[in-house]
Amino acid sequence: MISIQNEDFDPATEYQRLRDSGAGTGAIATFTGLVRDSGDLSDVQGLYLEHYPGMTEQVIEGLVAEASSRWDVRQARVIHRVGRLTLQDQIVFVGVCSAHRSDAFAACQFLMDALKTSAPFWKKEITASGEHWVEQKTSDVARSDAWK
Amino acid sequence: MTADTFTVRFFARLREELDTEQLTLPAEPGLTTGAILASLAERGGAWAQLQGKQPVMIAVNQAMAKLSTEVRAGDEVAFFPPVTGG
Repeated sequence: MISIQNEDFDPATEYQRLRDSGAGTGAIATFTGLVRDSGDLSDVQGLYLEHYPGMTEQVIEGLVAEASSRWDVRQARVIHRVGRLTLQDQIVFVGVCSAHRSDAFAACQFLMDALKTSAPFWKKEITASGEHWVEQKTSDVARSDAWK
Repeated sequence: MTADTFTVRFFARLREELDTEQLTLPAEPGLTTGAILASLAERGGAWAQLQGKQPVMIAVNQAMAKLSTEVRAGDEVAFFPPVTGG
């Protein structure tokens, strides 16, 4: 399931839902991304996150389908927040249930790496001195390309 | 939107710098996203960046597209900077 939302989420609740995915699940890998205080600029006070409604969900659905074709994925959960966020806010959650840990780790990392370079989200950093649209990192592109 | 037009949407930095969220343009036979970008860049000013050094990502009907992708009446084209979510 995929959710794009302004509201915060509770990783414990999401984890419990993943636990209920069936008796075949032997491993759950989760990732949570937070707003940190330095990115392209130092002294970041918050972020504004924009997305392309409709396309975002389609792209992530495609990534989950790709992950499910490459690894044993019993269930996958992706939550991405949009709008105004402040320091230490949760931005993104990815959780994957598999029979075994290697598939859970790989699918979870693939989803995060691929999401960063293909899902239409854009971050704007907000600092005391102004705002700045974040530039795509070549290191993120390299991490995503490594899965191809 | 009428039957012989398509829409162009802009996001993030491009939306702000062009001060434009959406355009409605006339469809023409054989029109490609690359030709649309070239034509918009001719408006000059901030629009020139559509043919500049900074990469512009392209979607047609909410799927990633190329400069050679053909655009038909009723399509939704989008131009945006490289994505930075996660």
